[in-house]
Amino acid sequence: MTTPPPLQEPPALELKDLVLRRGDALLDIPALFLAEGHVLSLIGPNGAGKSTLLLAVASLLKPQRGSLVFKGQKIDLKHDAFAYRRRLAMVFQEPLLFDTTVYANVAAGLKIRGMGKAESEKRVARNLERFGIAGLAGRSARKLSGGEAQRTSLARAFATEPEMILLDEPFSALDAPTREALTDDLQRILAETRTTAIFTTHDRWEALRLADEIAVMNDGKIVQVGLPEEVMNQPRDEFVASFVGMETILTGRVVDNREGTLIVSVSGQEVEALGTARPGENVICCIRPENVTISTDHPESRTSARNVFPGRVTKITPLGLFEKVNLDCGFFLVAYVTRQSRENLGLAEGREITASFKATAVHVIKRDK
Amino acid sequence: MKFSNKRWFIYLLLISFCIIGGLLSALPAGAAEQKNIILATTTSTQDSGLLDVLIPMFEKKTGYFVKTIAVGSGQAMAMGQKGEADVLLVHSPAAEKKFINDGYGVNRRLVMHNDFIIVGPAEDPAKVKGTKSTPESFKKIAATNKLFLSRGDNSGTHAKEKDVWKVAGINPEKEKWYQQTGLGMGQTLNVAAEKKGYTLADRGTYLALKKNLALDILGEGDAILLNIYHVIEVNPVKWPKVNVPGAKAFADFMVAPETQAVIKTFGTEKFGAPLFFPDAGKNVDLLGK
Amino acid sequence: MGLIFDGIKQAFHLMFILDPEVLGITLLSLKVSGSATLISLFFGISVGTAVALNQFPGRRFAVSLINTGMSMPPVVVGLFVTIMLWRNGPMGFLELLYTPTAMIIAQAVIATPIITGITLAAMQQLPQNLRLQILSLGATRLQMVLLLVREARLPLLAAIMAGFGGVISEVGASIMVGGNIKGYSRVLTTATVMETGRGNFDVAIALSIILLLFAFLVNAVLTMVQQRERPK
Repeated sequence: MTTPPPLQEPPALELKDLVLRRGDALLDIPALFLAEGHVLSLIGPNGAGKSTLLLAVASLLKPQRGSLVFKGQKIDLKHDAFAYRRRLAMVFQEPLLFDTTVYANVAAGLKIRGMGKAESEKRVARNLERFGIAGLAGRSARKLSGGEAQRTSLARAFATEPEMILLDEPFSALDAPTREALTDDLQRILAETRTTAIFTTHDRWEALRLADEIAVMNDGKIVQVGLPEEVMNQPRDEFVASFVGMETILTGRVVDNREGTLIVSVSGQEVEALGTARPGENVICCIRPENVTISTDHPESRTSARNVFPGRVTKITPLGLFEKVNLDCGFFLVAYVTRQSRENLGLAEGREITASFKATAVHVIKRDK
Repeated sequence: MKFSNKRWFIYLLLISFCIIGGLLSALPAGAAEQKNIILATTTSTQDSGLLDVLIPMFEKKTGYFVKTIAVGSGQAMAMGQKGEADVLLVHSPAAEKKFINDGYGVNRRLVMHNDFIIVGPAEDPAKVKGTKSTPESFKKIAATNKLFLSRGDNSGTHAKEKDVWKVAGINPEKEKWYQQTGLGMGQTLNVAAEKKGYTLADRGTYLALKKNLALDILGEGDAILLNIYHVIEVNPVKWPKVNVPGAKAFADFMVAPETQAVIKTFGTEKFGAPLFFPDAGKNVDLLGK
Repeated sequence: MGLIFDGIKQAFHLMFILDPEVLGITLLSLKVSGSATLISLFFGISVGTAVALNQFPGRRFAVSLINTGMSMPPVVVGLFVTIMLWRNGPMGFLELLYTPTAMIIAQAVIATPIITGITLAAMQQLPQNLRLQILSLGATRLQMVLLLVREARLPLLAAIMAGFGGVISEVGASIMVGGNIKGYSRVLTTATVMETGRGNFDVAIALSIILLLFAFLVNAVLTMVQQRERPK
């Protein structure tokens, strides 16, 4: 069941019982709420239905059934779609600019609305400024870098002063530094304009940075909606857990519950965790790699961690700022270490080590069976 | 660049006006063109330039507008058969008689004649020069397997050529030395010159093209080579849309004394000899005698 | 060689003295082929855009029909239009055969599939999401179509070139439906054929040079527009 997140403000958008068939794929959203001024991030793998949901919200795809209420007004997608669409703006992964100048591109939405010249000029200037492309106003859209083009596309969307903006993977075609800068700017502008927004991404860090709420999608359904920390730290199931970055996912059975501290048997070893499961229940234990500590000391040395296991390094993969270390402690464990600590510890494949993590770092999900 | 609604609307309007205007400009004209006459004729009358002189005279005199469609005599009669022409000026007597007998045409009148000639390279490899009888010349060409170019387009010239082969008792159709161009007289003469072959041509076209051709006259003067032009009005009984008065006016014009006088002198200035001989009112059997 | 030289000399002579007959033939060529191209643009762009933007049963068939039409021999069109326009034929009451209008119709029939095909290809080359992007900018359906056409304007210019170039240099259909009537339906190509038949090679060459000059001029203008549209 998808429960609405706690709302401080009336919802800007309410979807109910939305069903949309697109080829073989089926989008099925029993309910979705988005508060005014909030930013919702849809995350999920390719083909999860993120874009389809976004297009349905934009009234660019017609659902087979379902209702859409925007700011208290029920939108009849047959008759009101056009008027409703003019209250929104959408930005795609590709900039999709018109073959004209940057200025004319940013003004496009206003021209379509037949806006007067004076007002249009003011708005275009404001948004060129906002996205730091005022200097490019006269340039042909064909002569822009990827980042500049996406800035133009965003400025074009914001120039219409939408009540809600929909962003479909807006940064995924950009290189890392460009994406960084643009994410910063977008975050600032979203806050400044208090625009309600939905954006899709497959990058959970991007979602964490921009979103007030995160909805994880899989196979045409929303699997979990909630505040970012809820979704990241308390994934509802194995899929969400793996998608939000719980690299270590262990299956086990609860053997004991000592005042909230669970003892879970995993591959014959006992893992301590916090949770509410009863003995005999099957559970999944999820552990974030950044919460796993590696030491080369003797396993009996003191630590506050409740879970201490001797093991062996099976693989080291560099990931830029840090390195991913796969461990075998009778069960498989993933840890992140900086390159420096890897060097200090002299970690290498085959090296004997001790892995530890706190009971609080283990997130327990009850399994259905 | 602008793309406001208004502007596009204006563009659309402009385009629509152009199209509607273009179509309409043709329609009133179509309605007024009761005065149109379709003349189906042979390429030789057009290529010699005779019609360029006669048609404006006729139009000025009568106020009719003549649409000259220059095709072979065969095709001209086919158009008449379908009622797609009002009057014919053709030179294929045997076919014309059949056309009249079948009821497609009426009032066939003799207009003029000139003659056909055998032309070929100056070296004359088949040695036809000096042969009086045209069928004999054709026999010599066939006997020596020398290249002969035929119009092959059912024109009056083609019909005449087939007559001659028939008299000579030869069926050249499948022979290697016999090639059909399927082109008009002028182009067939060009092909003959380029390939150093023989062909049968009307004197008018030959004279008009002579300066650019390396072809000599190698046979002329035989009675069989007469090229006789008749004017025929298409029978309106079969096709009610035929412009009867227009056709009659044109046919009358072609045999009128003033017209005949123009035909008599046409080409003298340019080629040193007339291209056609006016024959209106004469007995066709006495021509060339 | 002398012949070609004489022809060129004659061409310039005819152009300089603005020979009324040559002038008339040239203007008629422009009028007929220009009108035909304009009509084809209207139908070609509408149909091409409609087929490109819509899904409907038989779409594949429509596309292959258009592609076949692009390579339709002009004489086939000429024959078909002639049969339709025969005064005893289905459209005979219009009395259009052997008129410039008939030539415009035939040339429009020749150019329309060319322009339709190029429009179709041009529209299909636009990014898939562009339509959605334009709609999400608040465009009506008409505004969307017009914006898409505008985005495809460079290939569409090529379509105009191909269409106009195809029909102004076309002779088979023009002579069949126009009849090459002096001062009335005689255009550059049919006049060239006739003058060649008459052995007036110098005039034929002169007419050809004018035709070439025209094809060149029109294409040069269109190319200039295209180049100017390119980013600086």
